[in-house]
Amino acid sequence: MPPEMLLLAALDGLAYGSLIFLVAVGLSLIFGVLGVLNVAHGSFYAIGAYVAAAGVLALTGMGLPPWLAFPFFIVAAVLVGVIVGGLVETLLLRRIYGKEEVLQLLVTFAVFMILEDAQKVVFGVQPYFANAPMNWLGTIEVFGIFYTQYQLILIPTVALLVLVGLRLFLRRTAFGRAIVAVTQDRDAATAMGIDATRVYLITFIIGASLAALGGALSSATTSLTPGIGSGMIVLSFAVAATAGLGRIEGAAVAALLIGLGRSVAVYFAPEFDVLIPYLIMVAVLLIKPEGLFTTVQTRKV
Amino acid sequence: MARQLIIGAGLLAALIIFPLLSPWSTVILTVALCEGLAALGILVLLRAGQVSFGHGLYFAFSAYVVAFMAAARFGHEVLILVPVATAASGLLAALVGLFVVRYRAIFFGMLNLAISMVFFSLLEKLFSITGGADGKRVPRPTLAGISLERAEFELWIFYITLGLAVLAALGVARYLLSPGGKALEAIKSNETRLEYLGVSSRKVLFGAYVLSGLLAGLGGAVIALVSGHVTPELAYWVRSGEFVFIAILGGVGGVVGPFLGALMFQIIRGYAAVYAPETWHAVLGVMLLVIIFFAPNGLYGLMTGRKPAGTGQ
Repeated sequence: MPPEMLLLAALDGLAYGSLIFLVAVGLSLIFGVLGVLNVAHGSFYAIGAYVAAAGVLALTGMGLPPWLAFPFFIVAAVLVGVIVGGLVETLLLRRIYGKEEVLQLLVTFAVFMILEDAQKVVFGVQPYFANAPMNWLGTIEVFGIFYTQYQLILIPTVALLVLVGLRLFLRRTAFGRAIVAVTQDRDAATAMGIDATRVYLITFIIGASLAALGGALSSATTSLTPGIGSGMIVLSFAVAATAGLGRIEGAAVAALLIGLGRSVAVYFAPEFDVLIPYLIMVAVLLIKPEGLFTTVQTRKV
Repeated sequence: MARQLIIGAGLLAALIIFPLLSPWSTVILTVALCEGLAALGILVLLRAGQVSFGHGLYFAFSAYVVAFMAAARFGHEVLILVPVATAASGLLAALVGLFVVRYRAIFFGMLNLAISMVFFSLLEKLFSITGGADGKRVPRPTLAGISLERAEFELWIFYITLGLAVLAALGVARYLLSPGGKALEAIKSNETRLEYLGVSSRKVLFGAYVLSGLLAGLGGAVIALVSGHVTPELAYWVRSGEFVFIAILGGVGGVVGPFLGALMFQIIRGYAAVYAPETWHAVLGVMLLVIIFFAPNGLYGLMTGRKPAGTGQ
């Protein structure tokens, strides 16, 4: 096996892993703070992708320069997070905090079913393909193979910025520290004057926006068809569970691990590439049942 | 208990008579019974406070066992195919159960989902063996050695399935009242106390998990027989979610619930196909939310008029 092949697989895996990191870190953040596993998270990814693709097609249709797509991606992600994510949190999730986890899973599953069909109604079932932003950035040559700068440089850079930004936000800003405080002890944080309801809402919006951003970035690289969201939720859960739910830096490591594993499989055993994320997850959980980066908690009687 | 028997007997009588009055309903009712069986498996797990978004795995596995055996003309006989496929699902559930009973709640639900998606992907990717996304045809087998015409075959399968469903429902009701079933409820309310009593909660949940796999497998085996065709879609996680939907819609208060839910599900599917073919999952989603927030004991709870006890409260 030639060493260049491994490098090429690694570069592919980097781009892919960065993309699933963006989605998985949102899922993990929401779980860490709200304690809810959001089954509808994949739908935010899909809606982000569709809004971005529709926007880019409209922009290029009007003859505007393709670089406008990049600021639009961010606007689209925030809009999806605030509108769709905000509505889901205020109307539904707010009623079920503190109830059984199973009930919370069911409510977000219901949201998933509604959002999946809503996409079909709004965006239709025809495939969307809007690769203008990717073409605009051009290509770069690595070992005689042309890579798009979009996948090799832009997506990993965004993922890195999100990772560092989230860390700084949670550790250094007042609101970020309020989020951490609510995660550790909601009652104590409320007693200190932190508005826990607002913290929950904003955390959910941030998580949903990150998923939508992942979707927006992916929209330039593939054609969008109904059902992309239902695949993504499984994949991002695999990443979040491998890392340990609620672990942000861990999600980056796990996303990279799974991204690399998958792209190596694409080169060497293409029929099994979709299995790799699950195999990695099951292997990790067999050895460390709480995920790679979680410490064991004591049980309450 | 008396009310449960009355509702169950009423439902049974209606199901016995209905296909005789309207032959077109036979297959739909058989499908409802199969999905009801799978949802009954979900009910067993819900009693322990656990939900699986992956029981499509056992449903599909059993259906594919039937398809492979029937295609190979190996035991091309309903009375062999159904028990073998159901037992095979039970074995698979025992294997997967060893792993998943170590987890609860979110992890339990999502690991089941992930494992079923592994199977789904394998069914789609291993085209040369499984026929890929197109699936496999299931030639109609003999019943007790007799080759039947389609309509007769369907009618017989319906009554056999109905008989099996009644047995399964009575068996599960008995199990839920047994010490094992009571321990199952204790997993939901307080697992640590259960362990202090000297009961292994993993063993209790393992038993329930294998039972739920057998029930889903039984449903899947019959589905393969009546539809004459199996596809990977049977294992897709949204399909597994439909079983959960049926269980919640019907109500987890009694073993009749999943079958009520399954009949209602077929009615919704029928109407949605006409009035909202593109958005029928959204209809299910809205209904699920309405049930969770306003009628947490499902249809069965509405009929018995009991206060919410099973879910949420």
